[in-house]
Amino acid sequence: MRIAHEIVERNEEPESLFLVAIPNGGVPLARILAANLRDVADVDVAVGVLDTTLYRDDLMISGERPALRHTEMPSAVDDRCVVLVDDVVKTGRTIRAAMDALMDFGRPRAVQVVGLIDRGHRELPIKLDYVGKNVPTRTGENVRLCGANGVLEPPFEVVLVAEGVAA
Amino acid sequence: MLDPASERDEIADVLCVDGRIEAVGAELDGRGAEIFDAEGQWVAPGFVDLHCHLREPGQEYKEDIASGGRAAVAGGFTTVACMANTDPVNDDPATTDFILDRARNDSPARVYPVAAATKGLEGKVMTEMSALLNAGAVAFSDDGRTIMDSGVMRRVLEYSRLVDVPIIVHCEDRTLVGDGVLNEGAISTRLGLPGNPAIAEEVHVSRDIKLAELTGARLHVAHVSTAGGVEEVRRARERGISVTAEVTPHHLTLTDEAALGYDTSTKVAPPLRSAADVAACRAGLVDGSIDAIATDHAPHAQHEKEQQFTEAPHGMLGFETAAAVSLDLVRRAELSPLEWVRRLSLNPARILRRPGGSLVPGEPADVVVIDPEKRWVYDTAKGHSKSRNSPWAGQELTGRVTATFVEGKLVFHVDRGVLAP
Amino acid sequence: MKHRDLLGMEDLERADIERILETANHMREVGERDVKKVPTLRGRTVVNLFFEASTRTRASFEIAGKRLSADVVNFSPSSSSLKKSESILDTARTLDAMDPDCVIVRHSVAGVPKCIADVLSAPVINAGDGAHEHPTQALLDMLTVQQEKGRIDGLTVTIVGDIAHSRVARSNIYGFRRMGAEVRVAAPPTMIPADVETLGVKAYTSLREALEGADVVMALRIQNERLVGSWFPSVREYSATFGLDRARLRFAKDDAIVMHPGPVNRGVELSHELTDDRSSVILDQVRNGVAIRMAVLYLFAGRQRGRAAAEETRP
Repeated sequence: MRIAHEIVERNEEPESLFLVAIPNGGVPLARILAANLRDVADVDVAVGVLDTTLYRDDLMISGERPALRHTEMPSAVDDRCVVLVDDVVKTGRTIRAAMDALMDFGRPRAVQVVGLIDRGHRELPIKLDYVGKNVPTRTGENVRLCGANGVLEPPFEVVLVAEGVAA
Repeated sequence: MLDPASERDEIADVLCVDGRIEAVGAELDGRGAEIFDAEGQWVAPGFVDLHCHLREPGQEYKEDIASGGRAAVAGGFTTVACMANTDPVNDDPATTDFILDRARNDSPARVYPVAAATKGLEGKVMTEMSALLNAGAVAFSDDGRTIMDSGVMRRVLEYSRLVDVPIIVHCEDRTLVGDGVLNEGAISTRLGLPGNPAIAEEVHVSRDIKLAELTGARLHVAHVSTAGGVEEVRRARERGISVTAEVTPHHLTLTDEAALGYDTSTKVAPPLRSAADVAACRAGLVDGSIDAIATDHAPHAQHEKEQQFTEAPHGMLGFETAAAVSLDLVRRAELSPLEWVRRLSLNPARILRRPGGSLVPGEPADVVVIDPEKRWVYDTAKGHSKSRNSPWAGQELTGRVTATFVEGKLVFHVDRGVLAP
Repeated sequence: MKHRDLLGMEDLERADIERILETANHMREVGERDVKKVPTLRGRTVVNLFFEASTRTRASFEIAGKRLSADVVNFSPSSSSLKKSESILDTARTLDAMDPDCVIVRHSVAGVPKCIADVLSAPVINAGDGAHEHPTQALLDMLTVQQEKGRIDGLTVTIVGDIAHSRVARSNIYGFRRMGAEVRVAAPPTMIPADVETLGVKAYTSLREALEGADVVMALRIQNERLVGSWFPSVREYSATFGLDRARLRFAKDDAIVMHPGPVNRGVELSHELTDDRSSVILDQVRNGVAIRMAVLYLFAGRQRGRAAAEETRP
């Protein structure tokens, strides 16, 4: 809800917003965010899903190819203010891939990034425009987002787990 | 000591003098003689191969008489009969003479040329059999270039009675073979390669037996590979027709499944057949319907075998693996050691009506020593053939020829290699 | 993927097939974009090694490679220009020295992709070898069926035509069987290969019986030039006995779909009207071909095996 307010504050034309979720974690967040924006600014914001797998920079290094995920871009990107939505941001490489993918869909007027959790450990010069919570972690740890009653909706609880445990 | 000619299977010494067997018996007086200790091994008459390709003259890049002869003695063969499909074809006395001359100078094994039955192996005009016989040919055959014209085949068989030597036939009806490169059946279907049906062999064995019956010629059926082919030969012999037959080590032990990886070293003519055919060939060899084991040693250069399966030439090496591979019948108790030796030495020598294949005093001192338990890895790069096309390449085999003597002279020893000429 | 190479459907597990189909479904979306290109294989070299001419399959692989940003090189040594003294493996070794990341092989003789794969460091995709296999064709056929029918498991697929000489038939038999479909083949007796039931199919010489209750009817292309006379008497007789038209299709289920690997001999395997009928999914097959080949390149290209291992297998 706070992020929805921030987005509206920063964007003078909320109707030109286009929320683009990065699967899988970004998808439910983008939906929640869209609902919040409807409440805050009374706008119906388009929500898209953009899989970044084919744009990853480590595909040829790792052995097995990762499974692809759904991509659905219901709206054109040209001249829109695209807000990329991801759940957990760490190195920034996924955001880089998402921006490259986005450019293949058109020429957005601006691109902003929402990260619900910022873990630090950035490896690329990527700065988040909207952050839910800063969670400093060690490299050996993973972050898991849990909603109440197992449903992924606010209020979220952040759980730190050791690397290797399924998120 | 295993000597099928005298039916002896016992522990004994073999004394050779001046290239001939002098005496065989226990505790012979060896004073003054060179002693070769073969304790714990088998001593048998040298193997006689009815069917090989030495490629000289004309295709010396695959093999020549020297390299083929070395490979032969390394496999225990003291005598080999080489087919006529050289370049030029061995269809005139000069070529026969050339082969014998080369063999005398270059080959540690005795070489018997098989001359062509028709000029140029074209299946049309018969060769000068008397002249070729006088030059040293021991049999006639167009081998893989099966004589399709039944009229020509009849005349060849008829005329051969004049020279009274075997006509060796490669029985495959070429119109039924078509483009076939692999036994027709589940494997050819799975691999998507054109099949060569068993009936192609059966039809031709049947035709040639009928013609042999008509003409009274000595027919020898080369490399029988099908159950139907074995049955045709068996019935003909029961009826007293003059027909003999051979089978190769590969048709006794390998099925068409060996081709599953498209390994062109498994491409042979006739093709490797089904398990039922292999069983029938083994049974035929055991019950005497098939007389002999012959290698069909057929060297081909690596670049020729590295072609697509349909283009690669037919044939595989045979000399150096024949003993180990065919010993499988002894290990599975289908043949006694003595009967196994008989089918590699005495029987083929008798088909050619030549000396050899025997340790009876007075016979040539062609002797082979076999260690039936020895395990070894067949490394084609270290083999004596110029070519490497063997499906057993790199495999561990059991049973090995450890020494070979031709006319009393040690020509091969497993640790020292080929020693002469 | 269990194997480094894609040589045939016979080698694929059900999970592998599902993975490829799933990936291809996502690849279709890339083909629907304005910019039909993703950087996945940027800087990677994909070689189309086509010993046998094929405009369609080659174009399909080329488009697939280019949509993934690979550098696609077409290499078509015609069989006749290959000198006897240079073996097919020599060609492969030459190619290997140029360090491709994936080699797509088509040859008129069964087994050639396998033999080339044995000497190459790069993964090999079989784009059709003789009468052996054509795995990407089977995969695109399966993707099409999955889209049309929502499933493959439990369907009845009837393949009509020259089974004996068809790699498409073999790959589809393996693939559809692995995915739980019942597969039937129908052809004149001369075009049914020996022991075909060992492939897990039932053979019919009656088209009507073979079509009874079929969900999918796949017609194979008749290679007129090669086969007339020796394998069947005439094109006219073939189309009169095994050609599909609307009337014959009524023997199959009402919602049966008609497939053909193309190019169709109109009036021979399929009647004119049926080729353009609603039940025909032939153009969907073509469209899915690019997606399948993108998926295959994505999953296989660049899966280099260790150099050392490659050296070892060289004679």
